[in-house]
Amino acid sequence: MPVNALTSFLIILLVAAVTFATRAVPFLIFPKGKEIPGLVQYLGRALTPAIIGMLVVYCLRSTSVLAAPYGAPEAIAVAVTALLHMWKRNNLLSIGTGTVLYMFLIQTVFL
Amino acid sequence: MGGYKEAARKAFPYTIPVLTGYLFIGIAFGVMYAEKGYSFFWAVLMSLLVYAGSGQYLAVNFFVPGISFLHVIFMTLMVNIRHIFYGISLLEKFNNMGKKRWYMIFGLTDETYSLLCTTKIPEDVDEEKFLFAISIMNQSYWVLGSFLGAVAGMVLPFNSEGIDFAMTALFVVIFVEQWMDRKNRIPELLGVAAALLCLSVFGADRFVLPAMLCIVAVLFVGRKKLEGSVSDRCR
Repeated sequence: MPVNALTSFLIILLVAAVTFATRAVPFLIFPKGKEIPGLVQYLGRALTPAIIGMLVVYCLRSTSVLAAPYGAPEAIAVAVTALLHMWKRNNLLSIGTGTVLYMFLIQTVFL
Repeated sequence: MGGYKEAARKAFPYTIPVLTGYLFIGIAFGVMYAEKGYSFFWAVLMSLLVYAGSGQYLAVNFFVPGISFLHVIFMTLMVNIRHIFYGISLLEKFNNMGKKRWYMIFGLTDETYSLLCTTKIPEDVDEEKFLFAISIMNQSYWVLGSFLGAVAGMVLPFNSEGIDFAMTALFVVIFVEQWMDRKNRIPELLGVAAALLCLSVFGADRFVLPAMLCIVAVLFVGRKKLEGSVSDRCR
């Protein structure tokens, strides 16, 4: 271990506390029993689909589109996952197929 | 414990994509941390107490002599800041959950948030127990993955490169599901557009906060237009 056990433990506690704090903020501002303003209720509803959209991009953020293979494996796997899901509406089938296809593409086709 | 077993049985299929993803990115974390000289005890401890994917990957770099605690706080805050917005969608649901809500808040990773907000709860199961089961199971996959990575290191029986695409595919599937409800389309497109724009301006390491601020600002300004058209519930 590069640093002693006590310091290591403190680092973990610190990371844990900060991570929990980011997740807890809305619940501290609007604790149990406090009425939630209409604006916040509206944001809560509208944010979910927006965050899902953001997270799709977030997952693909390290894809390089300017150098070969120009994001092709990601584009193909995302398109197949989405189309298969629109067709069959089966979560595990879409995710399983997309993932195996992506692994196949980056391990054997786009080396 | 009445009903928890049943709730867990019902919830399990929804968590299988997370099982796949967390097991393997958990293993990658365990391997990285073990390479720094930390035994499985430490990997499991961090996954139990912190429970954050990219947060823990980053945290591995903190274990160097002379690290500044302020640096630890600032870097952790930057990588996790998007979570500040997640709870807004779950205020009502969690505030009805009694003491359990503190665990639910603790467990708000990207994947768990998405499942909690978008999964249609089966008719014949207690909502609270169902949601709690999803959160507990997701963390158990993460802890198990970290343990395996730290103990078994890199001896995977097959080439697992790219298996973390399961997480991307999970969000793509949820995106499509949300898309089926016409009312979600504008916010979804807003999320993608803001993220792409900020990604190209700020780069992969620091685009999330500006993207989230953009999203909130547009939703705020467009409230009159969007209010009637966004879904009634967060699922």
